[in-house]
Amino acid sequence: MNSLILSAFSRFLFALMLVVSLYILYRGHNDPGGGFVGGLMAAAGFAILAMADGVQAARRMVRVHPVALMGAGLVLALLSGLPGLVNRGSFLAHWWFHAGDFHSGTALAFDIGVYLAVLGGILALILRFYEEQPEA
Amino acid sequence: MLLAQAVLWPVAIPLATAALAACCWQRLAAQRAISAAGVLLMFAATLLLLWQVRAEGVQAVQFGGWAAPFGVSFVADRFSAAMAAITGLMAFATWLFGQADIRRREERAGFHPLFHGMLAGVNGAFLTGDIFNLYVWFEVMLITAMGLLVIGRTRAQLDGVLKYAVLNLFSTLIFLMAVALLYGVAGTLNMADLAVVLPQAGPSLTLTISALLLLCGFGIKAGYFPLFFWLPASYHTASITVAAIFAGLLTKVGVYACFRVFTLIFTVEGSGLREILAVMAACTMLFGVFGAAVQWDVRRILSFHIVSQIGYMLLGLAVATPAALAGGIFYIIHHIVVKANLFLLAGAIHRASGTFDLRQSGGLMRRSPLLAALFLVPALSLGGIPPLSGFWAKFMVIDASFRGGQGWLAAVALVTGILTLYSMTKIWMEAFWKDPLMPRPTARAVPAPMLAAIALLAAVTVAIGLQAEPFVAYAQSAAQALVDPSDYIAAVLGAVPAEGGAMAEPRP
Amino acid sequence: MELILALSIGVLGGSGVWLLMRPRTFQLIIGLSLLSYAVNLFIFSMGRFPVGRPPVLEPGTAGDPAQYADPLPQALVLTAIVIGFATTALFLVVMLAARGLTGGDHVDGRRQDH
Repeated sequence: MNSLILSAFSRFLFALMLVVSLYILYRGHNDPGGGFVGGLMAAAGFAILAMADGVQAARRMVRVHPVALMGAGLVLALLSGLPGLVNRGSFLAHWWFHAGDFHSGTALAFDIGVYLAVLGGILALILRFYEEQPEA
Repeated sequence: MLLAQAVLWPVAIPLATAALAACCWQRLAAQRAISAAGVLLMFAATLLLLWQVRAEGVQAVQFGGWAAPFGVSFVADRFSAAMAAITGLMAFATWLFGQADIRRREERAGFHPLFHGMLAGVNGAFLTGDIFNLYVWFEVMLITAMGLLVIGRTRAQLDGVLKYAVLNLFSTLIFLMAVALLYGVAGTLNMADLAVVLPQAGPSLTLTISALLLLCGFGIKAGYFPLFFWLPASYHTASITVAAIFAGLLTKVGVYACFRVFTLIFTVEGSGLREILAVMAACTMLFGVFGAAVQWDVRRILSFHIVSQIGYMLLGLAVATPAALAGGIFYIIHHIVVKANLFLLAGAIHRASGTFDLRQSGGLMRRSPLLAALFLVPALSLGGIPPLSGFWAKFMVIDASFRGGQGWLAAVALVTGILTLYSMTKIWMEAFWKDPLMPRPTARAVPAPMLAAIALLAAVTVAIGLQAEPFVAYAQSAAQALVDPSDYIAAVLGAVPAEGGAMAEPRP
Repeated sequence: MELILALSIGVLGGSGVWLLMRPRTFQLIIGLSLLSYAVNLFIFSMGRFPVGRPPVLEPGTAGDPAQYADPLPQALVLTAIVIGFATTALFLVVMLAARGLTGGDHVDGRRQDH
């Protein structure tokens, strides 16, 4: 797509969406949000980049292959379930840390895993869609 | 931790393997190594689970530290542990075969992550104790199976996957509706809890509809009579490694789900389901075997035989006496080994004669007598010739249906057995016995990994046949646990405290 | 409220089934999506319809279950939506590949006049 406005703003929009997606990922701990929504939003950011600057530019921006990203997310999500096995004998029973108003735990690692998996999965599909040549 | 969580590993290991293999997307060597390690570890984990269940009875774990009816449970009783173990064996055998069969192009398209993802889905479906979770594993299985089917990106495969995907997606939607109805009536999704709550709720129209929807949804997945047409239309398009694991495992997940749901949550006895199931079983057997009779492609013949063999398992469920259920369970185990082996043999025949079309091939008896001998084992076993595993399987279900007062079903089963033998004879005569029409340029020697995988599964078939006693006893005790699920329910809902922290303590 | 929900489920389901009968893959995908929406609404309806009640308990209160909405169907629908999304997307990739190979979107892979 060749649109001056889109390509001028794509970088800005991309950065904005990535930051907001990270915020949504973090606040998903206790409020609406979370890894899935955040991952979708980040994927949308990359999709805008792909639309404006081409699929290759978006692929370069992701650096690793989207499927590898998906795998990494899944690994992280699985690993985050292991600590619960140690002390409570239950997979995915999360550990929690509290410091004043700050709460976090292994659940955040799980959410980051979901974020990466969703981002990778959606990107793998979307970039594939963009690359499909329209019928000649 | 390793033992107390034995139910977890058969699902967690393939899932982790798939994830790690996906991480190394562009490094095929690393993917191969991870895949090999994953297959071996998972096989070991399933054997460990089987051993654990035999030694200590039903195993249950809860996720997330939530006590039973609220969180997701994983349960392994004797039936599901056996299914998981056979999945491990299948994974190992097809992986071995795949060493010589999978092409680089297919590996690059993601064979390893998809293969292990599918294994995770299959084991998850076998081990979950939550009916909604069962839906999730079905979908994991479906998505990865779709990927595996189109891995070669040929036109036939895309055509096959369309039929496969649409029908299976439709079936999961039906299944989901049944789950929603169950939740509306019982307010719980834990299968053990459902088994407790539903008898109190009493029979109602909603429950009847739910049961029929479940039968329909699982029926499409398993390939029961009016719903099987997608199966022969898609399985033969996949590469042979994939087709073998599909033929062995995927439909059997549907059968397993039927066995689980219609013993634990609903009962066949006195609910009017028996007549429906009996007619479906008879038609499944006959239509499958007649469909196979007119085919000339080895893979299509075998696909139709999957359908007809599913009928025998359904027969076990329809009669629903402990003996019949034991026969059904034994049949499933026997069938998975034999059918996957036959598909692997089809691949070997293709390698040796250059074609899947029986009319074109021939002369294999002279050219590779070892392959011919190996073919005889699963083929005769499928036809039910003693002393192979198929004889005992058929004997158990047919005997049970005579005793259960369903003599006509037994008659249908016997006729189907003869016709099965006809198909196997056809493959034997055409591919091995007769002289080839012309020497084919694409014919090659069968590589060692292929023969090793086939020999392994053939050995298992012979072993089950010659040493049937422990397997039969195991199937009988598994069936007994299906008829009387009190141990299953107690293990999940925590009536009996388990040692070593296997049971999650309730959340503070 | 019940009537509206029942009608939407019916219309979505009916349209979905009709589209499933069509000979083109794109119609199949839309049909499957509509059907899954119908099923999702159906699951949602199994949690009854308490209008304007929260599904999450207030902190520190035991709470009367009658005053709250059932959160489980919402979680189930969310899961079903996510999975449905994944299957639809994957299906779309397959269909696009099929279109690239056959040059059409007919379910039998043949170009026919309709």
